[in-house]
Amino acid sequence: MLIFEHSHPGRRASAQAPLRAAPADDIPESLIRQSAVGLPEVSELDVVRHYTSLSQKNFSIDTHFYPLGSCTMKYNPRACHSLAMLPQFLSRHPLADAETGQGFLSSMAELQSMLKEVTGMAAVSMAPMAGAQGEFAGIAMIRAYHDARGDTERTEIIVPDAAHGTNPATATMCGYSVREIPTDRQGNVDLVALRAVVGPKTAGLMLTNPSTLGVFEKTIVEIQRIIHEAGGLTYYDGANLNAILGRVRPGDMGFDVIHMNLHKTFSTPHGGGGPGAGPVGVSERLRPFLPIPYVVEERGFYRWAEEADCPQSIGRMSAFGGNMGVLMRAYIYARMLGREGMHRVSEYAALNANYLAAELAKAGFDLAFPERRASHEFIVTLKKLKDATGISAMDFAKRLLDYGYHAPTTYFPMLVPECLLIEPTETESKETLDGFVAAMKRIKDEAETQPELVKTAPHTLPARRLDDVKAARELDLAWVA
Amino acid sequence: MPFIPHTETDVAEMLASIGAPSIDALFDEIPADLNCGGLAGIPEGLSEMAVTREMHERAAQDGFWLNFIGAGAYEHHIPAAVWQIVGRGEYYSAYTPYQAEASQGTLQLIYEYQTMMVRLTGLDVSNASMYDGATALAEAILMAVRADKRGARKVLVPATVPPRYVAVARAIVHNQGIELVSVPYDPASGQTRVEALAAFAGEPHAALVIPQPNFFGVLEPVDALTDWAHQQGMFAIAVVNPTSLALLKPPGVWGEKGADICVGDGQPLGAPLASGGPYFGFMTCKQALVRQMPGRIVGRTVDSEGRPGFVLTLQAREQHIRRSKATSNICTNQGLLMTAACLYMSLIGPAGLKNIALSAHANTRALAERLTAIPGVSQVFASPLFHEAVIRVNQPVDEVLRALRAQGILGGYALGKDYPELADAILICATETKTDGDLARYAQQLERILSRRREAPPCAYKS
Repeated sequence: MLIFEHSHPGRRASAQAPLRAAPADDIPESLIRQSAVGLPEVSELDVVRHYTSLSQKNFSIDTHFYPLGSCTMKYNPRACHSLAMLPQFLSRHPLADAETGQGFLSSMAELQSMLKEVTGMAAVSMAPMAGAQGEFAGIAMIRAYHDARGDTERTEIIVPDAAHGTNPATATMCGYSVREIPTDRQGNVDLVALRAVVGPKTAGLMLTNPSTLGVFEKTIVEIQRIIHEAGGLTYYDGANLNAILGRVRPGDMGFDVIHMNLHKTFSTPHGGGGPGAGPVGVSERLRPFLPIPYVVEERGFYRWAEEADCPQSIGRMSAFGGNMGVLMRAYIYARMLGREGMHRVSEYAALNANYLAAELAKAGFDLAFPERRASHEFIVTLKKLKDATGISAMDFAKRLLDYGYHAPTTYFPMLVPECLLIEPTETESKETLDGFVAAMKRIKDEAETQPELVKTAPHTLPARRLDDVKAARELDLAWVA
Repeated sequence: MPFIPHTETDVAEMLASIGAPSIDALFDEIPADLNCGGLAGIPEGLSEMAVTREMHERAAQDGFWLNFIGAGAYEHHIPAAVWQIVGRGEYYSAYTPYQAEASQGTLQLIYEYQTMMVRLTGLDVSNASMYDGATALAEAILMAVRADKRGARKVLVPATVPPRYVAVARAIVHNQGIELVSVPYDPASGQTRVEALAAFAGEPHAALVIPQPNFFGVLEPVDALTDWAHQQGMFAIAVVNPTSLALLKPPGVWGEKGADICVGDGQPLGAPLASGGPYFGFMTCKQALVRQMPGRIVGRTVDSEGRPGFVLTLQAREQHIRRSKATSNICTNQGLLMTAACLYMSLIGPAGLKNIALSAHANTRALAERLTAIPGVSQVFASPLFHEAVIRVNQPVDEVLRALRAQGILGGYALGKDYPELADAILICATETKTDGDLARYAQQLERILSRRREAPPCAYKS
């Protein structure tokens, strides 16, 4: 039932808004709304019960193991939420003078400097509101750098075929065309192909490392040398930063710009789709182009840098500076982890991923890159199972839901047929991983003995398999009574 | 170890299964010379107790203020139920609902949210949120340019559109060679006049952006502006405050044909001010433009047993399918804030939202009346407005605002930085959260500050 179907004319949550108000007799009738507003008319209890009951139809980290590859679904500590929600922080207006927010701004300054430290970059701006916006900021800075030098013939961004879709989409948004390069059989960027496309038109390269194939780019330093020698700049997609946190740093590898996903590596919640935060770190030569605002400190006083401070900036990414509450959560998380805790993130993420990969291999699953170390994630390919039983990665994923496990990422990256991209994260225990392996084994048995059961999964969820085709053909995007 | 459950026995067993001698060995594919060898600049970790104490101290340092700043972010009461429900792990810690069967809660909620936004704005379809109002405007501009059959790459943007929205939109669209052309406002009314647009007629522009209310709180002649845009073959892009829509004519019925795309910041619908975010952007449009829309969209369908259910739909527009040809690079959006908005709108209801709009409007009118009764203070624009007003003071704005701050009052937004001709003007806002006592306190302090300054030379002033 929809909230609108609970609606009764005249019912209201009367504690929640003024019951009466003076008429707006100064506004001309021609500008006044004549139609009903159309929101539901329900009581406070109706709302609480409806949305509590809807929430129970969701899988989430708090309720289920959620090994969604490249999404870093780790535990979101509760203290980060409750402390970021302290009423003084929540009530502060974004345009209030900096002197009213030194507690908040000093926290932002410290986070900014910690992010600089973990990435090894020269400077950081936390303005971008999600990974894709961080990518945008990064590529826009690369463009601004070339433009500032009068180097306007560079029109291409090189992107490996294993990249997230946001990479090529971002290059397009920045007015570049995309040159895609293949991956070799070991999961590395194909250097021969790379050398063949690099040239005077190369503005830069976007590289995810460890790649979406779950392996570290062994020739990462060489890749950069090739791009830099051609006059291009290098962009590090930090979606998989969890794999290297506290161990290696993109700045030390020579990258010009990196974005981080704080909703992955720094454990801020995914919120059913957001908000995220996608800070960018840059090398010295890109510093003048950083998006605004970022925090500056002058004799112990903190404030946001604005247009006048950085005339070459690529500009603002949002009206009010970014997803501050997300940044606060990341800051609190970083403070609780501290120096040692950050090392352990990547160590235990790698331990869990390699253990899960080893156990699944022993259980008869095919790893896409069996001779490689897993980073914080790895790929299982179900191609043989599909050929033998007709059970696809999609069927397998849906059946996992019946066993109480959120499905891994399926059909991405597209290079590996019938793939499951599995990322357990460091916050899961060995028993949880063992339980997942046992479920995978049982589903594999079911695929061989009762394929219909798997093909028609899920069986125990609030909905059976949903009709995507009908959804797209007969668009029903808003309820009509 | 914070948030890591492994015992020593676990580690030993896991390494044995992997066949690795140590955790360090798991990184043996990474060139050894890249090892950063420690993070000297990161402080030692803190317990939850210690970090709690520190954050409480920082919060207390920032304190509470009597706030009369609006300018795009508005202080409204948020029902307690909103964030208690939003904070449930099933919403808070879920991913984007790609596995529909395991995400029916979030998907149905998005469908309900879309329905609310469609009704509130009077348009046909809504997406599931953008980052904020400013990026939603940027995306609307990109949509209009893509859909423009003449290939126009210029868009008309009145000077009354929030300046930061324009700054963000420019930062986002200029790399694609799209030009935002500024339209001046009428200095007497603070409105964008159709007469001012005449200078731009005949030239191909993809769209006209129409703010309602505009950045000054002034109500624009939206019917005439929308009709003018359509006569010129342009799309009309509405930028609106969602609270105002309970009171004001929705964009879907502006002029003869209605605005084509509507965007705005959803912050007033349940998002705390929080120094600037997270908020969310909303976007609705006419059915004909749905395939140009960026971002996630939820559709209602059926499951294999014919029962209704919900899925992400029209995904062929999006980056994970279409890659370099996607309508936008947006992936993660502001889902949790959209969730808060859906709860807020359900709790507040149609009558509640209208009363909030009316109360905020009445409070701002009352505040403007009180302040303009003070010698040296006047109202700048003689036009109808919605819940914000521009006042002029006869003494330096920054000093006046600083003196108010010293009394715990945030007296408004100084317009001079964005509008040099309004260097003596302050944009004020009093939402439904303000009492008569609050308004009186502002007026008393302002009167005291202005009269004291008249008596003493500026250099004698201390704050």
